[in-house]
Amino acid sequence: MESAIKTAFPFVIYTVGALIAFQMVLMIVAYTVLAERKVLGWIQGRIGPNRVGPWGVLQPFADLLKFIFKEDLVPDKSTKFVYFLAPLVALTCALLPMVVYPFGPAITTVDWSFLPYGLGDGVRALPLTLAQIDVGVLFVLGITSVGVYGIALAGWSSNSKYSLMGGLRSSAQMISYELAMGASILGVVMLAGSLDLNSIIYAQIRSPWRWYIIPQFIGFVIFLIAAFAETNRVPFDLPEAETELVAGFHTEYSALKFALFFMAEYVNMFTVSVMCTVLFLGGWYVPGLGRILEPGSIPYALVSHFAFIGKICAFLFFYIWVRGTLPRFRFDQLMNFGWKFLLPLAILNTIVTIVVVYFLNI
Amino acid sequence: MASTVLFFLFAGFAIACAVSMVYHKNPLYSAISLVGVFIALSCIYVMLAAPFIAAVQVLIYAGAIMVLVIFVIMLLNLDEDRPLNRLRYLYAVGGGLGLILLVQTFFIFYAVMRAPKQAVNTDVTAGKTLSIGQAMYTEYLLPVEIVGVLLLMAIIGGVILVRRLEPGELRLVINKELERRHEEDEIDDYRVSF
Repeated sequence: MESAIKTAFPFVIYTVGALIAFQMVLMIVAYTVLAERKVLGWIQGRIGPNRVGPWGVLQPFADLLKFIFKEDLVPDKSTKFVYFLAPLVALTCALLPMVVYPFGPAITTVDWSFLPYGLGDGVRALPLTLAQIDVGVLFVLGITSVGVYGIALAGWSSNSKYSLMGGLRSSAQMISYELAMGASILGVVMLAGSLDLNSIIYAQIRSPWRWYIIPQFIGFVIFLIAAFAETNRVPFDLPEAETELVAGFHTEYSALKFALFFMAEYVNMFTVSVMCTVLFLGGWYVPGLGRILEPGSIPYALVSHFAFIGKICAFLFFYIWVRGTLPRFRFDQLMNFGWKFLLPLAILNTIVTIVVVYFLNI
Repeated sequence: MASTVLFFLFAGFAIACAVSMVYHKNPLYSAISLVGVFIALSCIYVMLAAPFIAAVQVLIYAGAIMVLVIFVIMLLNLDEDRPLNRLRYLYAVGGGLGLILLVQTFFIFYAVMRAPKQAVNTDVTAGKTLSIGQAMYTEYLLPVEIVGVLLLMAIIGGVILVRRLEPGELRLVINKELERRHEEDEIDDYRVSF
């Protein structure tokens, strides 16, 4: 009995942790949608949703209920299996990177020996990360690149010209900007000497700049621009250009399947915001907090965690702000900008970083 | 115990995807099945404590190469594959090669079973990114350089093949191309857009 509990304990802990993280991400995503409608409303001199609940705070739940109860239309000549698979692929690939997010610093000062059956023996730290993978950055890039299938297959299987055009545009755009995005990260990886997200944060804390946005400002700007293209957001929302393509790759999707695509888009925004925060803004690190609170204690972890969420929310607000401000690119401008400007600039940034790191021995 | 179950899960998934890749007549379904094979393989790499290879497998094969393949299939809108009568002799060749592969597999299985038991390599740095990088740029520097040159040749070859040139025309075409691009800066080019 005791040994069975001991074996099952890690699984229970990880399951509970995964559920908490999942809930948190989904709630943030749901309220990003509301925030987008509110902020866009303010930018355009409107009020935004304000009917469901006080100040419209229950709007995301009302939207979800509406999506569930709408009629689910399936085009007659669609490729059924792929048509059903595409939204699942899109949302799964959007949510999977969650397992490597460093939500906060490890809690090290708690004595776990109060747990029954000797479960706390030898446990020193409670990491606020679901999985400590040695190649966290590559993991996130890889999973998000698989997410392209969701969009490409949705466009193809709907058997509609608007969907196909939207799917093609979207996948072309995503594989083009993935290169610039990967190349812009290289500078950070070289400075930190690691691909693990937590190690990158600790390397930033040890470095003289505290945040890598200072030595890697060009990389940061390239990453931010490429992130807009990766998530199909304004000004790079060509795949969903409603004046040309109705709604792009999800034209033929309705009800809950459309909701899955919609959620995937916002979860992807969250993902790139997390990556931007971790790689360039020090993740959960707040400069000077270690002097006020004891590092490794629960209050320190909590404050750091909320700092992390705050930085992410700042990026999400930036996304919405840009959407309310900028017009859309033309497709050839988009491709030229990605291949002829961003990618060479990212490679140049990498080379300069190599030279500096080599000669200054950072 | 858990790792054995997981291994059989991923291995079964990989084999099922591989069979479905070969047997589907629709090229798009075959391509999707191949993506499934790559993802199952990368799961097995993770279980073998090689996270870097696993991540690169997903990033490059599943995320980049297969996206291009699916792109081409979607653009060409290929019909279902029909067996060609004049290629029937290939069945025999394929059967023979398959038999050889099966015999090799059983031979390796047999050799592993017969080999004296050795201690497992417990070096924890093996498979980590740092050790792979160090090995690539010290011990295996020459192969890495050769592969780099080979890939560069492939890129240049791809560009030249797409342009469909006579051998002597190359210099002329490059000059023309440079002129054309210079003109293109003024007039907007819509041909790239879908």
